[in-house]
Amino acid sequence: MSEKSAGALAAPLPDKQFPTPKISAPRMPRGTLYRGREGMWSWVLHRITGVAIFFFLLVHILDTSLVRLSPEAYNAVIDQYKTPIMGLGEAGLVAAIGFHALNGLRIILIDFWSVGTKHQRLMFWIAVGVWAVLMAGFLPRQLMHIFGGA
Amino acid sequence: MTATIETPRSPRTVQKSRVNFEKWGWIYMRASGVVLVVLIFGHLFVNLVAGVGVKAIDFGFVGGKLSQPFWQIWDTLLLWLALIHGSNGMRTIVNDYASNPVVRRILNVALLASAVLLILLGTLVIYTFDPCPAGSPAELLPSLCKNR
Repeated sequence: MSEKSAGALAAPLPDKQFPTPKISAPRMPRGTLYRGREGMWSWVLHRITGVAIFFFLLVHILDTSLVRLSPEAYNAVIDQYKTPIMGLGEAGLVAAIGFHALNGLRIILIDFWSVGTKHQRLMFWIAVGVWAVLMAGFLPRQLMHIFGGA
Repeated sequence: MTATIETPRSPRTVQKSRVNFEKWGWIYMRASGVVLVVLIFGHLFVNLVAGVGVKAIDFGFVGGKLSQPFWQIWDTLLLWLALIHGSNGMRTIVNDYASNPVVRRILNVALLASAVLLILLGTLVIYTFDPCPAGSPAELLPSLCKNR
């Protein structure tokens, strides 16, 4: 290597291009990049909603299978889904499915989109926002259906 | 019993032709996930949002749906994709938390057994189901039935 190029490498970096970052002391302990942040909570919520949906799916396949037995048996069981308590349970189920679906799409984007990891935090809040919009559309409709009479 | 000891610095012998099941499981979760978003959102809209919502669901409603090939295929895809997706997700969680190998094995075998059983049951119900069973009260049957 010539002396000239070695000197260029050793020269101090220009301050304008790489200014010294100003870091202020955090007011609270910030943990790590992952722990306690959006990344961790999306993982926790994905697991909890996933397990809840799985157990509902097991029951849901069994109750639907009653159509093979008799109309009376199916109607007797499905009427239980129309009570106020189960109606609220359905709202919770839809909320869980909505989050799991939207966060799942976020995971796919993190894995396959070239800048997915860079925007993972923003995508979490977008998923939460879209989820809130969907729930704002669904919840009044569901509550109307359960408590609206008839 | 004899043990074969390889010559030092000989190339590592790995079975190359073996399928990487964990890789395909990973791909399956993402591929089925995208399809399930469409299938489940459609399922929820038709069953809970449209019309009078959950109160419309009875034998007549389900019988009317499951007598159409469109909903038969929709529900079959839903059954297979969702149950395999869910069971594989539960397997991931079991492998994360069940540190005892015996407990882990029992839980994973239970997951496999319940998934196989419910997929068979559900598929059988979708394709052997009679929307107009003879001898049933007419008012419980879907409108397409002749014995109604």
